Amino acid sequence: GWVKIVEVGPRDGLQNEKTLVPTEVKIHLIDMLSEAGLPVIEATSFVSPEWVPQMADQVEVMKGINRRPGVSYPVLTPNLKGFQAAVKAGAAEVAIFGAASELFSKKNINCSVDESLQRFEEVTKAAKEAGVRVRGYVSCVLGCPYEGQVSPDKVAQVAKRLYSMGCYEISLGDTIGVGTPGGMAELLEAVSREVPVDALAVHCHDTYGQALANILIALQMGISVVDSSVAGLGGCPYAQGASGNVATEDVVYMLHGLGIQTGVDLPKLMDAGAFICRSLNRKTSSKVAQATCKL
Amino acid sequence: SGEVRVNVVEWGSGFLMSVQDGASAGKTLPERVKIVEVGPRDGLQNEKTVVPSEVKIHLIDMLSEAGLSVIEATSFVSPKWVPQMADQVEVMMGIHRRPGVSYPVLTPNLKGFLAAVNAGAAEVAIFGAASELFSKKNINCSVDESLQRFEVVTKAAKEAGVPVRGYVSCVLGCPYEGKVSPDKVAQVAKRLYSMGCYEISLGDTIGVGTPGGMTEMLQAVSREVPVNALAVHCHDTYGQALANILIALQMGISVVDSSVAGLGGCPYAQGASGNVATEDVVYMLHGLGIQTGVDLPKLMDAGAFICRSLNKKTSSKVAQATCKL
Repeated sequence: GWVKIVEVGPRDGLQNEKTLVPTEVKIHLIDMLSEAGLPVIEATSFVSPEWVPQMADQVEVMKGINRRPGVSYPVLTPNLKGFQAAVKAGAAEVAIFGAASELFSKKNINCSVDESLQRFEEVTKAAKEAGVRVRGYVSCVLGCPYEGQVSPDKVAQVAKRLYSMGCYEISLGDTIGVGTPGGMAELLEAVSREVPVDALAVHCHDTYGQALANILIALQMGISVVDSSVAGLGGCPYAQGASGNVATEDVVYMLHGLGIQTGVDLPKLMDAGAFICRSLNRKTSSKVAQATCKL
Repeated sequence: SGEVRVNVVEWGSGFLMSVQDGASAGKTLPERVKIVEVGPRDGLQNEKTVVPSEVKIHLIDMLSEAGLSVIEATSFVSPKWVPQMADQVEVMMGIHRRPGVSYPVLTPNLKGFLAAVNAGAAEVAIFGAASELFSKKNINCSVDESLQRFEVVTKAAKEAGVPVRGYVSCVLGCPYEGKVSPDKVAQVAKRLYSMGCYEISLGDTIGVGTPGGMTEMLQAVSREVPVNALAVHCHDTYGQALANILIALQMGISVVDSSVAGLGGCPYAQGASGNVATEDVVYMLHGLGIQTGVDLPKLMDAGAFICRSLNKKTSSKVAQATCKL
């Protein structure tokens, strides 16, 4: 009964918040999350600051964080250039983002899915030589804001490509949060025919309130790695005002209630959530945090 | 073949059911789920703002139009205790009753029951608790005393040909007692069922439950009450409601209580949410291929209406995701 939580708040979360926070705040957040016992904390992104200004302080953040032994701090790398900059800045693990939808790939990174995978193969090749682990992400696994329905077989193909090129783990992202447990079960059946289930993770968005139910069914199907974001940081770029990432506090609450271990200290996690919400001047999106806030 | 083998995997204090042999988890779920809409009573009763009778009536009418088959309309608890429901008679007389739709009302005792029937109620609800302390604090008597009081109601209801729905509060935890024993819940549910309630709604009153606890509780209760006479009433205070509902469906439950727009905060945690939003439940059920009879756009119209009247934001994520920008 163990689930690994991949905390994406400092990167996926902060990248999708309206307010920009200073470097010191990012560093302190990551340090607090390390203290809370999270084993994997997505630290920053080496996408060009031209595209993602929120992550312009990528090198500073990597150098500034207090790395806790046994904790991994992966960073996003869209291409070989980003990879090299990441390694130079001290990254020991990187992440690459593919999509299960052609339109989404075109709109997001201006190339087809196949072209993006070719680009990523350069990264995984270099990463292998450098002894750096690579995590693969697939977006739009349960629906696309442009294409609508997405075929589970397409997702399986993309996941298989990422796994074959050397990714140790594939995170399946319900990017717009439209998925429901039946769709999740169907998806996981298709993907687990191509990639071993213990190399799969789910990255559920809570835009339609379905995240915990989707995570539960994923657990029932053998998934044991779950992505989430402290305080539910990171709204949905496709539905203004709507929520995005599922809140780590709420995931941990469910897992602990199920008797599943995570290594996470929930009160310390909630402290980290309270800190970043103060810094962003926003209310938490975590229900657990809302329920236990001081009156 | 449609056959699905189910393993119970024990994990610590709770357990999950893992579906094997590659079958879709969807095959273990009911084809149809009845939604019991509690927004106009449970929801509005627990909102800070009090709305005029016309608004309540219009809300109920919109919910009827949205295809809900059970809509909890009001409460015949004394207005002394629940002033928000003081217009109980007006509401009962004012709503447009859609054929095939039931409009149950709360009745704490015989007096309330008689007033309810007098006002046209054709179904009533009684509320027990699985926690002694909660019973004492809420209705100033022990669980046993409350059940005796209810027996007077169910007897009269039987004579009058009025169905009675029983509720059990605090089934997964109590704000005063903390942990609640599944066997205690089962005993109370059994008493309510034996005295004539056609259905027992099991309420996670403070929303602390998680799927393992839900499973454990339902196993205990379904040993005493047939599963098709059981319903779940999950609160989303800790964000666990849909996961708890999903596991309840997997265990054969096919009746789910919810509240339009997630009306009704938690009286025990200021600022926290309470009832799960009907829109979010319907979204999940329809996504699972389960029929509910509910027209989601019309339901969302009802939610938007009541939120405007209450001057508050919806607690439904589906409504937030699809709101006009």
